[in-house]
Amino acid sequence: MNHWIDILAVADIPRPGARVVRHADIDIAVFRNAEDNIFALEDRCPHKGGPLSQGIVHGKKVTCPLHGWNVELDSGCAAAPDEGCAREFPVRIEDGRVWLDLTAIGRATA
Amino acid sequence: MDMSTPLGRGPRMKLVMVGNGMAGVRTLEELLKLAPDLYDITVFGAEPHPHYNRILLSPVLAGEQTVADIVLNPLDWYKENGIALHLGKKVVKIDRTARVVETGDGTRAGYDRLLLATGSEPFILPVSGAGLEGVIGFRDIADVDAMIRASSAYKHAIVIGGGLLGLEAANGLMKRGMDVSVVHLGPWLMERQLDEPAARLLQQSLEARGMRFLLQKQTGELVAGPGGRVAAIRFKDGSEAPADLVVMAVGIRPNTTLAESAGLHCNRGIVVSDTLQTVTDPRIYSIGECAAHRGIAYGLVAPLFEQARVAANHLAQYGIGRYEGSVTSTRLKVTGIDLFSAGDFLGGEGTETLLYSDPIGGVYKKLVIKDDKLVGGVMVGDTVDGAWYFALLRDGKDVSGLRDHLMFGQDHCGNLGHQGHHRAAGMTDDMEVCGCNGVCKGDIVKAIREKGLFTLEDVRKHTKASSSCGSCTGLVEQILAFTAGGDYSAAPKKKSVCGCTDYTHEDVRAAIRNNKLLTIPQVMTFMEWRTPDGCASCRPALNYYLLSTWPGEAEDDPQSRFINERAHANIQKDGSYSVIPRMWGGITTPAELRRIAEVAEKYAIPTVKVTGGQRIDLLGVKKADLPKVWADLDMPSGHAYGKALRTVKTCVGSEWCRFGTQDSTQMGIDLEKVFFKMWAPHKVKLAVSGCPRNCAEVAIKDVGIIGVDSGWEIYVGGNGGIKTEVAQFLVKVKTPDEVLEYVGAFLQLYREEARYLDRTVHYLERVGLDYVKQRVLDDADNRRALYERLLFALSVEKDPWVERAKEGKLAHEFETVIA
Repeated sequence: MNHWIDILAVADIPRPGARVVRHADIDIAVFRNAEDNIFALEDRCPHKGGPLSQGIVHGKKVTCPLHGWNVELDSGCAAAPDEGCAREFPVRIEDGRVWLDLTAIGRATA
Repeated sequence: MDMSTPLGRGPRMKLVMVGNGMAGVRTLEELLKLAPDLYDITVFGAEPHPHYNRILLSPVLAGEQTVADIVLNPLDWYKENGIALHLGKKVVKIDRTARVVETGDGTRAGYDRLLLATGSEPFILPVSGAGLEGVIGFRDIADVDAMIRASSAYKHAIVIGGGLLGLEAANGLMKRGMDVSVVHLGPWLMERQLDEPAARLLQQSLEARGMRFLLQKQTGELVAGPGGRVAAIRFKDGSEAPADLVVMAVGIRPNTTLAESAGLHCNRGIVVSDTLQTVTDPRIYSIGECAAHRGIAYGLVAPLFEQARVAANHLAQYGIGRYEGSVTSTRLKVTGIDLFSAGDFLGGEGTETLLYSDPIGGVYKKLVIKDDKLVGGVMVGDTVDGAWYFALLRDGKDVSGLRDHLMFGQDHCGNLGHQGHHRAAGMTDDMEVCGCNGVCKGDIVKAIREKGLFTLEDVRKHTKASSSCGSCTGLVEQILAFTAGGDYSAAPKKKSVCGCTDYTHEDVRAAIRNNKLLTIPQVMTFMEWRTPDGCASCRPALNYYLLSTWPGEAEDDPQSRFINERAHANIQKDGSYSVIPRMWGGITTPAELRRIAEVAEKYAIPTVKVTGGQRIDLLGVKKADLPKVWADLDMPSGHAYGKALRTVKTCVGSEWCRFGTQDSTQMGIDLEKVFFKMWAPHKVKLAVSGCPRNCAEVAIKDVGIIGVDSGWEIYVGGNGGIKTEVAQFLVKVKTPDEVLEYVGAFLQLYREEARYLDRTVHYLERVGLDYVKQRVLDDADNRRALYERLLFALSVEKDPWVERAKEGKLAHEFETVIA
């Protein structure tokens, strides 16, 4: 069973930028890039757990504010040569609102 | 073959490359990055091996690496990139009319673009016996194999040529157990890279390892033994030496036979233009050791890579970038011997020489200076600063201010960093190279080998070594030189803003000013940025350039600011923030302290600390609490998070101190109030002392002021961070108003002209103090105009804490969505 939740309006996310969504004590960074693509990643850089939501968003990447790793928004994985991935969550846009599938978290905490 | 295919459309064009060496393959790699689908690529290599690192043949010969270690692009790489590779096939004919190349065995390939990267071949002395068995050059894997085979069967080796290549060959053969003599025509070794004392020192240390030298000997003939193999070398003076193996390393000559047969103009190389196209036929490019650019055929890797970048850019039809020649430097790859040479190391008329010689310690350093600029140098025994000297030389920096310390290297010019080690060769794998990022020598060597890294930039990206404070750069470059071979330090002369553009900071600033660009998208469109919306490096720079050029007109883009300047607090390692309220001149009151104490308790702020700049730091504040903390503090933003005016540190001055000559505290308060909210290329720190005892430590501030009985002395460009730098005296003035005007003018000049992320020390290093004096001291009108521009820029700035705490600006920044 999927666990889709209506989160917020696309317009509430700065462009390009991110908002933090907290669900079951887990912070999720919801990104909006210049082309209005929406991505959702766990708000933890694969390097040292930095809050990706606070980074500068450019193209389809975000630069972690702590040590400057670049993380690909569509996969959650660090751009080469760095290695590691942040957990990604499925995103759906309906009527200008962002929905997230938080099944993964639901299961873990159920 | 379709001869009428328009460029960039229709079926893919055909690119044929003749030669499978370092310059050529690098070009392909660069090309594939820019335009992966533009060409069907065919490569012909005369050797039976995939692309390998030719520079590392010496360590292979010396038994320190294997052939497998030095392969750069395995056969799979060609396959993955769809490159048709013909190994062991030598192209013998180019039909320029039909645009077809043909190999010795009749293989043919048509081309739209042809890249000649045929390299060079060893020059074989035209003496009798040069064709005997056992007489070889030192150029490729086959030569190395022949030497290794000879070393196990024979005893006596002669290397003709005491240059870089000859010495490396001799060293390798010696390591393989042969009895080696180096024959050299000149009076000392490596006379094209070393002066006599340096060469003698080198010779001594090689002799100590068992190498023998026959200097000023001219080869007469090579004598065959009973079996037909070479057995001895006979010199013109009649003397003889036994020789079971003769390696000719007297020079290389560009391999132009093929080009000449095709009617391409050759003159000590295939003559090419700044776009690396042959002057005869623009469809044909040539790069590397076979190409003559402005009369020079380069044999070092760094220039070849620069050429490769330009050639790839033109092949990809971008059509920008020109190769304008390179300044080169040399390192010797004999393990345990440090040697570096660059530029005009001999000196002569109009030059001065700085000399350091320690024959017992085996160190010799010589620097040649002309017109206050470093023009050359040679070092034996201690080369850790080679990269630094080379950068000074290449950039043509004025070294008059460094003269006293120049000889002792970068560490002695204020660069504290961590002192660490000086000789990469002597370090074990577990020794730390980069203290900032905890990277050991072994990590770097492993990354270089496994990932095939070539440049300092590559190493920084993969290992993070030297990517923070940079004080270990020289060491990393040494490790690169030993592990990857050669000199890979050459950075482009002009530094672009970032990878999104080729334009420099100065280009961007000029475009913003001259064309009245007001937004980041405007700049990116106007200057044809390669990325749709830049990156984390260029966006903050552009935002600053716009705001500083058009205050009140350009609008701040918070999404292009680093988080600290967006949240107006300092992000900490756990994602919490620190808050430092402003205390003018370091003066506070019981009421303020009470509020700070109450805020710390109310918001459960775990750490309260006094900073180095005489302010109070509240650490561990949750982001959501920031606006409330600011509101409750009811104090101005301290800007401790920004590239902005930080603090003005003061001593108590004449109001209390029995030695004080001026009211330094009030001066500090005035300065801080006037320059409050000032954004800058980097952080800006000020200090004021009330007497020459200088308790406020003004010598390491961007602007330091010392009160003396007759007025105020102003110092600029000090720095207390990675690079400790003592501020330089700018001027002495009489009144506090003059202090404000002179300091303001200097800061505005820095704001208008420095590159983003340059501190005042870097700006001053670039433009020189004399220039600043000209603009700020000598030209009173300009000084006032600068000061007024700064005051205007400050007049449109608001206190960001007040805006966010009381006016609800950008509230979403501090809100978490609960789902």
